[in-house]
Amino acid sequence: MSTMSDTASRASAVIIGAGIVGNSLAYHLARLGWRELVLVDKGPMPNPGGSTGHASNFIFPIEYSKMMMELTADSTEQYKALGVFIQSGGIEVARTEARMQELRRRCTAAKAWRIPAQLITPAEVAKLVPYLDESVILGGAHFPTVGVVDSLRAGTLMRENAVQLGALQVLAGAEVLGIDTDAGGRVSAVRTTKGDIETEVCVICCGVWSPRIARMAGARIPLTPIVHQMISVGPVPLFADTPGEISYPIVRDVDTNMYERQHGADMEVGSYAHRPIIVAPDDIPSIEEAALSPTEMPFTQDDFDPQLMEALELMPDLLGDERVGIRYAINGLISMTPDGHPVIGETPEVPGLWSVAASWIKEGPGIGRAAAEWMSGGTPEIDIHEADISRFYGHQRTMAHVIGRAREGFNKMYGIVHPAEQWESGRPVRLSPVYDRERDLGAMFIETAGWERPNWYASNEALLDRYAGRLMEREAEWDARWWSPIINAEHLAMRDACGLVDLSAFAVFDIVGPGALAAVQSVAVAQLDVRVGRVIYTSLLDERGGFRGDLTIMRLGPERFRVVTGGATGMMDLKWFADHLPEGGPGGAQGAVIADQTSAWTTLGVWGPRARDVLSSVTSDDVSHDGFKFGTCREIELGGVTVLASRISYVGELGWELYAPIEEGRRVWDTVWEAGQPHGLVPVGIGVYGTTGRLEKGYRAFGAELDGSYDLVEAGMARPKVKEQEFLGKDAHLAQRSSSPSALLCTLTVDDHRSASGQLRYMLGGEPILTAGGESLVDAKGRPSYVTSAGSGPSVGKHLLMAYLPAEHAVAGNRLAVEYLGEQYPVTVAVAGSTPLFDPENERVRS
Amino acid sequence: MEIAVCVKRVPMVGGKIVVTADGQDVDTRMSGFTVSPHEECAVEEAVRLVERQGGSVTVLTLGPPAAADQLRDMLALGASRAVLLETDGREWGAIATAEAIVAEVGGPDRPYDLLLFGNEAADTGDYQVAVRVAHALGLPCVTGIKNLEVTDAGVRAKREYRGTEEVFDIPLPAVVSVKEGINLPRYPSLPGRLRAKRATIETHEPQWRSDGLTKERLRVPAGESKRAEVLGTGADAVPALVALLDELGILS
Amino acid sequence: MTVLCLIEQAGDGGVADVSLRALTFARNLAASAPEPSGIAAVVFGDAAAAVPALSEYGVTDAYAVELTGYVPQAWARALAGLAAGLSATAVVAAGTDHGSEVMAHLGAFTGLPMAANCVSAGRNNEGTFELVRHRWAGSLLEDAVLDASPALLTVAVDAVPAVPAGEPAATVVHAFRPELGDGDLLVRATESAERSAGVSLATARVVVGGGRGVGGPDGFGVLEELAGLLGGVVGVSRVVTSEGWRPHKQQVGQTGTRISPELYLACGISGAIQHMAGCLSAKHIVAVNTDPDAPIISRADYAVIGDLNQVLPALIEAIRARSS
Repeated sequence: MSTMSDTASRASAVIIGAGIVGNSLAYHLARLGWRELVLVDKGPMPNPGGSTGHASNFIFPIEYSKMMMELTADSTEQYKALGVFIQSGGIEVARTEARMQELRRRCTAAKAWRIPAQLITPAEVAKLVPYLDESVILGGAHFPTVGVVDSLRAGTLMRENAVQLGALQVLAGAEVLGIDTDAGGRVSAVRTTKGDIETEVCVICCGVWSPRIARMAGARIPLTPIVHQMISVGPVPLFADTPGEISYPIVRDVDTNMYERQHGADMEVGSYAHRPIIVAPDDIPSIEEAALSPTEMPFTQDDFDPQLMEALELMPDLLGDERVGIRYAINGLISMTPDGHPVIGETPEVPGLWSVAASWIKEGPGIGRAAAEWMSGGTPEIDIHEADISRFYGHQRTMAHVIGRAREGFNKMYGIVHPAEQWESGRPVRLSPVYDRERDLGAMFIETAGWERPNWYASNEALLDRYAGRLMEREAEWDARWWSPIINAEHLAMRDACGLVDLSAFAVFDIVGPGALAAVQSVAVAQLDVRVGRVIYTSLLDERGGFRGDLTIMRLGPERFRVVTGGATGMMDLKWFADHLPEGGPGGAQGAVIADQTSAWTTLGVWGPRARDVLSSVTSDDVSHDGFKFGTCREIELGGVTVLASRISYVGELGWELYAPIEEGRRVWDTVWEAGQPHGLVPVGIGVYGTTGRLEKGYRAFGAELDGSYDLVEAGMARPKVKEQEFLGKDAHLAQRSSSPSALLCTLTVDDHRSASGQLRYMLGGEPILTAGGESLVDAKGRPSYVTSAGSGPSVGKHLLMAYLPAEHAVAGNRLAVEYLGEQYPVTVAVAGSTPLFDPENERVRS
Repeated sequence: MEIAVCVKRVPMVGGKIVVTADGQDVDTRMSGFTVSPHEECAVEEAVRLVERQGGSVTVLTLGPPAAADQLRDMLALGASRAVLLETDGREWGAIATAEAIVAEVGGPDRPYDLLLFGNEAADTGDYQVAVRVAHALGLPCVTGIKNLEVTDAGVRAKREYRGTEEVFDIPLPAVVSVKEGINLPRYPSLPGRLRAKRATIETHEPQWRSDGLTKERLRVPAGESKRAEVLGTGADAVPALVALLDELGILS
Repeated sequence: MTVLCLIEQAGDGGVADVSLRALTFARNLAASAPEPSGIAAVVFGDAAAAVPALSEYGVTDAYAVELTGYVPQAWARALAGLAAGLSATAVVAAGTDHGSEVMAHLGAFTGLPMAANCVSAGRNNEGTFELVRHRWAGSLLEDAVLDASPALLTVAVDAVPAVPAGEPAATVVHAFRPELGDGDLLVRATESAERSAGVSLATARVVVGGGRGVGGPDGFGVLEELAGLLGGVVGVSRVVTSEGWRPHKQQVGQTGTRISPELYLACGISGAIQHMAGCLSAKHIVAVNTDPDAPIISRADYAVIGDLNQVLPALIEAIRARSS
């Protein structure tokens, strides 16, 4: 501990918050060679009073998010290495049929990641957990590798290790008073009650206090504290006979949003079932004011009473024993973000100010490691783009949005959440200029990055008759949720005639200046020194050659490039380009600026065999094949509006993206709509644009097929030549090109959809690909095969799956299997690599 | 035995009390509430007595509607009836409080063998409600009790005063105020908690009147926050500590 | 105007320290009145041994009540009789268990309000009393106005220092026989055998305190050893007794025992206000705590930042080495 006189006056980084995350970060930074670190917390060691101090401390390894699953796996390894992990096993029990299906889905997902899991009967559950009344449940999913950890001890060991390395000074009992920035807006110092510390790097790891601390520097961290109730009852006579911390599996009573775990002589009962109780960071009590600790707030009995009954129902004898008293009851505070993922990265507002916040115990050490790797200038080994703080758009950083989504997400903590599940709170926010046209056409809206986007249009119902028999209708309610056969009908109509797609959700930004070419050249794989008017589709890589982004860039002028990317990754891509602008700023011979143009442009897509017919009827400009070549862009006049037309297609059809000023977008829609009627133009939704169109063409999507774990060669996207200019990831890419890939991205078709009960089932994504005999497929790098994207391919009449397969299995015609909700279905490799299944020669696109 | 126990809802405080800006109340925004410590032991004592002797325990409080929470907490310990003398949240003095209680537990039937109180409430510390109730009902009263036994003649109550044990033998019915330490209260069980939740709480609305003692304002005593002189860390501080003990004349 | 003060006697018949403080309070109250006033004392038993102190503290008249033993309601009845006879404007007692009880009885059968745990009192021109009294055992203060006559006040124990009068008074002792009813004598304390010899927590010169930081019921050995070496006793925080690690009689705090030692060594105790209410009268408080910002640190005089399980053994060794 330090007294005022001993506080370091300078630090390489000041870490605020000594919970599991702060301790882990300090440890990993020290391990990576950082010295002169300072860890600050206003509370005492070892338990400063944050969420770590009262956490339930158990780890279930299975997650639907690949990132969360990998962080959990890494954290578990770290906890084991620290000697604080006790394996207890865990069981999720089902009280309803819907939950039984969800458990089958969990077990299947576990299989995809090679996590041990079995579906077990009530009697088998009761054998493992004798105090559970098996008559209350329909079955369970047993995860034998579940365990509990001593997170306080783990944090202490990690912190002390960093101190022993001579890398870290710990300032307990030091409250942060302010974070100073210099003239350039960069972090310059952290002021505490124990002295001021000059530094250029400040990391906020304070969990529920993070937004408050960030505000001191003028940054926003989008999370909210929220209550999660827990009680501890004891002494439990049964547990007196068992040694140590835990001898019985942890039970997640997921249908009631509760869990029960042994904790020494007590049973800890936790709940996510109560009404969402939000606590503003400024309302968290101080250490002195709190009767227990700031994050152990007074228990509100009324909120827990319904859960008492459910718990008693499940464990009547143990919990109903009058000798067993409620010895501890709190409204515990935890952090929640709008999308449930952590918030990691350098804040967009303040250079040098990092956020590593909103972590569960089960990801803490892994997040510390990833953040340390990132802070050290590399790409984290685990792809954490889903946790990138720069992912948030303006509206997503408002407290209203954060709180609304936290409320909505809280009671879904153990909920059955469909892969395509939609949020409802706070909608609608971002409306395209043709929103009301879409609404009038009966659009079924989904939300992406705050934009309301039509998934399909009810007005296209008439197409169902036209294309009857080719729609691959889904009988099972789960498969058909958030889906409609109209999507497939729109797809076929587009491929027969023409479709009009609203792409206003694109993020668009321009890079301008003498250094603009160098800026884009340095991060794009593709050659960007092209003629003005060329449209380049390119990947972005990290230094290991893994995927960092996937987008198009138009050269609009000698010193002007326009980047167009999907709404979901827009803000991250913007930051990526901004961070890689030439040094020296906007001025000078090599300067460049980046300007977000998303709110300046509407984008509409017109694709199909009749697209040229439609377009030529409303423009006098030359849109012939030779007059307007594929992969080029130019301004045209369209119905009295100047439009930037770009001839590319993510659905594999002849057509254009049309960029109009946002206030003129509706006019363009109306013009094209009218012109298109005689040609059979139909409105087409994202169901087609995002899934059916691209799956048939083998077009990959970032975040699905393309992420940091895989490279261009494995994805089948390596170009014939590598440009001679330097770009990020070039060395790694060259090395990858000169060796054989361990895996290859393939498109597979489902041969037989019939389930054991005779129903036709349709996979939704995430399922494991197995050998025909049901064995896991794992490549030489240890990566298991799972479905990265799934959907209908109406034009080829097949349900299509994309998956990386180990090289030896990536052969067209290879017969394999996919497991869906606990059952296996035969699949065949249709394409190994990126050759499209539909129109393999790309004749349509180039027509 | 029929026993009535009077309890009071008080804030749960930690290391610091904060007064509201107008200086009238303790700021309870961050705090939970609990039954005052002596009284919780009184309820536990009552429950133990009826477990041994038979009978039932009624728990009673004068307080705002939210004080029903405290009554339910006490029901969960084993009381079987709860009465809320509901106020609008303002403070009641000892005389008015006692009168309201007497109106509830007095009456020609004199249903209670024993009226238990906590010796003093954690916040106001007035020490006198039990005694006033006893006088109004014409019952004998002992206070500060740390041990209670039922005898043939009534109860034997013991307490400690300046190193000596004082023993009181009094007949029933009687009024007894107890101190924490008379027992270690149990934790409520889950079934107990559920029974408490389902129980009906009888509510009456007594009339407030002034005692003649009027609160003007509350304040935190000045000069409370000094900073201790740190003698050192860990075992390294021992030489300085020994020197201090010597200087204070402790080591001799 | 006379202020009547109940006197508790020490073992030798002299005036107990708490009553010296009460007398000081009473004298200040009497001095605050516009008209001339004096203080009178009430002693239950033989007053002779008390006279020197009474005189030193400015008592002009002492009334010795013929009553053996502690009979709270009878004592109150006697006070009532004297107060009426002397037209006392106020009756004062130390806020001990006895004093509070007696004054509560007095308030109960007179119907007068009783203000407990006062720190100061003064009479103003309107004839009401302006008081400052404890709330939360002294962690908070209340400014109040008492509109009653006589004023019934108890004095917060240890809050008012004992200060002799500027000039001693010539104390005259009067015998007083109160008029008592049967009901007044019903509740009477009989004393069982004296408690076992040894230092009690309330009177110990040195107290070594242990809190949550001790870790469990088996961790108190080192505190006992140190207490033994220093001629003191062990006290504990409420956390310790709630967990059942130690009996309640060792608890220091608002609902436990109030201590006033020369030295209170508080180890692994965070310093909740209900605990501090029990030890604020300690002359010197030394805290041993791993948390440099625990609430107790802002109440203690000295602190050692560290784990008691490392500090105390080292301290014991150093003390032993010193004496050998």
